[in-house]
Formats: sequence, C-alpha cells, structure tokens
Amino acid sequence: MIPEPDTSRGQAEAEVVAGASPGGTAGIVVTPGERVADPWAEGHHPPAIGPWKLAARRLRRNYVAQAFLVLFLVIVVMCLLAPLYASHIAHIGPNANNITGTVSVGGQTRDVVSTDGVPIGPTFGSHYFFGADSNGRDLAVRLLYGGRTSLLIGGIATVIIIVFGTLAGLLTGYFRGVADMLLRPLMELIWSFPVVILGVALGTALALGGIGPVKGNSIYIPAFIIGVVYIPYLGKPIRGEVLRLREQDFVEAARVQGMGSWRIMLSEILPNLTSMITVFVPMMLAYSILLEAYLSFLGAGVQAPNASWGTLISDGLTYIQTTPTFSLIPGAMLVLTVLSINVVGDGIRDALDPRAQVRVRT
Amino acid sequence: MARFVVRRTASAILLLFATSIVVFGIFEVIPSYNPARAIAGRNATPTTVAEVSRKFGFDKPIYVQYGKTMELIFTGQVIDYSDNLNVDSQFAQRFPVTVSLVVPAALIWLAGAIVLGSISALRVGGLADRGLMVTAIVGVSIPIFLLAAVLLYAFAFKLTWFPNTGYTTLVANPAQWAYHLFLPWISIAVLSIGFYSRVLRSNLLDMANEDFVRTARAKGLTRRQVFTRHMLRNSLMPVITMFGLDFAVLLGGAALVTETVFNLPGIGQYEAQAIGNLDVPPIMVGAMFTAFFVVLFSAFSDIVYALLDPRIRLTG
Repeated sequence: MIPEPDTSRGQAEAEVVAGASPGGTAGIVVTPGERVADPWAEGHHPPAIGPWKLAARRLRRNYVAQAFLVLFLVIVVMCLLAPLYASHIAHIGPNANNITGTVSVGGQTRDVVSTDGVPIGPTFGSHYFFGADSNGRDLAVRLLYGGRTSLLIGGIATVIIIVFGTLAGLLTGYFRGVADMLLRPLMELIWSFPVVILGVALGTALALGGIGPVKGNSIYIPAFIIGVVYIPYLGKPIRGEVLRLREQDFVEAARVQGMGSWRIMLSEILPNLTSMITVFVPMMLAYSILLEAYLSFLGAGVQAPNASWGTLISDGLTYIQTTPTFSLIPGAMLVLTVLSINVVGDGIRDALDPRAQVRVRT
Repeated sequence: MARFVVRRTASAILLLFATSIVVFGIFEVIPSYNPARAIAGRNATPTTVAEVSRKFGFDKPIYVQYGKTMELIFTGQVIDYSDNLNVDSQFAQRFPVTVSLVVPAALIWLAGAIVLGSISALRVGGLADRGLMVTAIVGVSIPIFLLAAVLLYAFAFKLTWFPNTGYTTLVANPAQWAYHLFLPWISIAVLSIGFYSRVLRSNLLDMANEDFVRTARAKGLTRRQVFTRHMLRNSLMPVITMFGLDFAVLLGGAALVTETVFNLPGIGQYEAQAIGNLDVPPIMVGAMFTAFFVVLFSAFSDIVYALLDPRIRLTG
C-alpha cells in the first residue's frame, strides 16, 4: 500500500505522455518524458488494479464531476419530496385549480388569479412561492411534481434505450444475416427521422387514443416514444463494437470450446461492452430528459393535467414580458439537471477511457 | 463515380418509400381506435370524421389507404381541421420564412465554429479554449427554446435592442429582415458553435502530429500556410460531414421551437400550432416533408463528398 500514491501519479504522467499532442500547432513531436522513478525497480511491483477500480480512483480526483453529482442528487431528492412539500408547506395539490382563491402576501390579501386572468407572481411565502398559473395552481408544487415527471420519463426511456439498444446491437452485430437484414433497416429508418419530428408525430398520434390499455394522457407514452426514438443512437455504436469483438481471438477460443452463440454473446462479448454502455447511460438520460422537454414544450409530450418542466416553460411563455420567472425557473431546473448529468457523464467517460483523460497543459 | 451516384440514389429512393410507410403507419395504423377520428382532431364532429374516413379510404384495404394518403399529400388535397386551410399551400407559403431562419443560422454556426475552433486549437488552455469547453457542455444541456426565451426576455423586452416579434421579407427590406431575425439566428447557432468548435479543435490537435504537417513545416512553409492549407483543410472534412447531417435535422426540430418562441410565420410555427390543437394533417405532412428533406439532403451531400474526396467512393 505504501507506493500507491506514487504509482497512480506515475500512471497519470505516462498517460499524458502517451497520447499527448501539446499546443504547438506545427507538429512538435513529443519524445517520451524521462522516467522519474522506475516503478519496477527494487522488486516492488505496483499493486494490480482492475479497470473499474482505476476508473473510480480517477473519478475521485475529479472534483467538478463530484460537485455536479451532488447537485443532481439534490435535485432528485427535492423532486421526490414533492408530495411532502405539497401537503405540509403549500397545502395544495399539483393539479388543484384555485382561480377564485386569495392569498395573503406581506399582510395584504391578493387574488391568486386577478379578475382579468393574470396569475399572481412569486410570493416567496409558503403559498404560491413561485406564483400561480392561469388556473390558480401553485407553480412551486407543479415545479417539483413536474420534475418527478421529467426525471421518471427520462429514467424509463433510458432503461428502454439501454436494454433494447444493446440487444439490437448484439443481435445485428453478432448474427448479421437475418437479424441484421430485419433490424438494421429499421434502425436506419428511425435514425433518418429528426428525433423531434418523429417524437412529435408519435406523440400526437398516440395522445388522443393512447395505445392498447395505456391512456392517451399517460406519462408512459412519452417515455416509450423517447425510448424508441433513441434506440438506434445506442444500437448502432454497439453493433460496430460487436462486429469488432466477434473477430477477436477470445471469441474464437470460446467457439472452439463449444460455447453456443447466446452464451458467447452474454458471457464473452457483453462484458466487453459494459464500459461503453456505462458511458452511454448518463448521455442517454440527458438526451431523454431534453427530448421530453422539447415534446412537452410543443404539446406532444406530457398531456394535461400532468406537468413537466417542458410544459411549465411553455405555459410560462405567455407571461415572459411581465413575469419571466414562470418560464425561467423550470428552465433553470431543467438545465441544471441536464448539465449535471452531462458533467458527471463526461467525468465517467474520462475515467473509463485513459486516453480521453489527457489534458494538454501549456 | 457513376456507379456510386446510381447506388446512392437508389438507396435514397428506397428510404423515401420506407419513410412514407413509417409516416402512414404512425398516423393511420398505430392509433388503436378509429384513425379517422385521430386525423379529424380533438374537437371533431361526426360529419368531419365521416368525411375524413371517406377521403382517406378507411373503409378500404390498407394498401388502398396508403395509396390514397400519398395521393392526397402529393396532389395538395390535405386540409387542416382547425382552420380548414390547405396544408400544402400553407407549407409552400411559409417555406421562405423557415429558410430565412435556418440557412443564415447555420452559416453563423459554421463560421463561428471554424473561427473559435481554430483559436482554441492555436491557444490550447487559453481563455477562449476554456470558455469554449464550458459553452460546449452547456450547449448540449440547454434546449433551444429556453435559450430563445432568455434572449427574447433579455434583449427584446428588457433592453429593447431587438424587436420582439414580426417578420420582414428579405426582398422588402434586407436590414429589417436581419434585424428581426438576429435573435432567432443566435438562439439556434450559439449552442451548436460550442460543440462544433470542440470537434474541430480536437481534429486540429490530432493533425499536429501528422507526417504531412511535419513535411510542410520542413519544406519551409510559414506557420500560417501550414495551418490554413494543410491542417485546417483536412480537419474541416469531418466537421462538414457532421454539419450536413445536422443541418437537415435542424430544419425540423429547431425551426419548430424557435419559430414558436419568436412568433415567426414559418412552417415550424404552423406545425407547432397544429400540435397544440392535436390537428394531425399538418403534422403528418410536416413529418413527411422533413424526413424527405433529410433523406434527399444526405444523399446529395454524400455525392458531393464523393466528388471532393475519392476515398469515400470506395467505402460508400
């Protein structure tokens, strides 16, 4: 354990040297740096570290990623506590209209929605902290419930993408032949539609009548749509990687040992895909939450009376001139969430891929 | 080369056919109840439903339905059910607005990315470089409509530097045209500039270790010559390829939300209004229109690249 800090530092330096292309524009050739201390000398070998442990160690040094991870967790916990906020502080449900109600702000009584239909702005009190919407609903409560909806849809969509994208990539890459002929054109076809357009088309087609037993205004419909739309975004890269892996010697060896196709796929190829899939999880989560916001903003995602950050931004746009916070607060929540997922995702990617960790300093 | 063009065109035609089937499937097969009801919209009367049913041939076999739908779309007989306007003529009328929005926005985004990407590659770790890194990651985290809303509030309502609404045609008054469209252009371009300049930057940095760059230096070319003629040229190719794909996609998504926020009378606004009313025909035609545009544009750009770079012909 004694040489541990030294070896990790040596590792980092070696990485920088190996992949470096420092600032010089016109082809400065990097010669390997002098090795400060030979870690193999004097008979003590550095302790063997697995790739995951190494990645965790790199991530532990990435304070920015950790800070954003904390931010993300705080947002998730806040949204999960929405029912508590609604019942104990705001005393109003997310979908409860209150057009004729009044609220006391700083000692004086004011209408929640004025007689000409303009909702009250932020009171920063327990009732209507961020103001109301045109139906007199408490925006702070809707913001938290909307966050739950956005995160839930993003989460479900990500699970769909990861499971079916990996499956599609494995099948088309490993079997080629029939699976490739059936699934790949399907993926290409989804891929050739702009995601927002395909999402909007499916969203409007399903919003009226739903699909099967699922009602049209269910939040599972946008989750399902987003999942389907993004499957090729994982399926295609996975397929490429599987095509490369299946020609490797260890797959050959497994085949010679008499392993079946499915067993090779699951126990030989899939483990080699895990780091790639891990990188895609936060990326797909961020994409899904963003697409949900686009669809809901346009009215093809989450349907009334449910709220999501996208619908709240869209609802607030009517009052952007007088009370911009109606749009900008859900907007800020959305951006902070997606940004924190992206920063953490970048941290994970850098930690898993040693070459990506090269930071060129001048 | 001729073989490549023929093959690429054939696959594009096949893809066009497939996309039309997808659009047909989404709107007329997947809805689990009477599709005529879905097309006629949220507040449809029984007469409208019957009318739609007859028009789209829902009492006939499915291939007749497909044929009828395509016939209606391509002969311009589809009407929307909120205002009873002809969808195809609405599209034709609004197309110039969308082009005025998207094309300059794309040019700003490409030019900005080339300039900023070059600067950050030349001054790695400098202020511009670090600023771009932040812009890039923020750019993929903000939806365009939110940036548009922020810009609208800050520059049109608060500072009143720019108008908050309205559209003037380029022919009528070029200065007013640009003045009204400046904020929408920026909201589309800024977020992509970050990402694109990062890609260009890393391409340029990879290029710095290439043999041909060293050779160019050894021949005695100046740094500027090496950079512009040898490094930048070769680094731009993948960026342009990516741009070709994104530009077509942009026409769909970004136009939809930007036109809504800035109240521009383009195709996107028309579609967005239709979505709000769950008025299916404009969305159906819009999906078809965009998908066709994407397929044709990518086929076209593939052929252009093959003309420019002979290596692509072999692998394509």
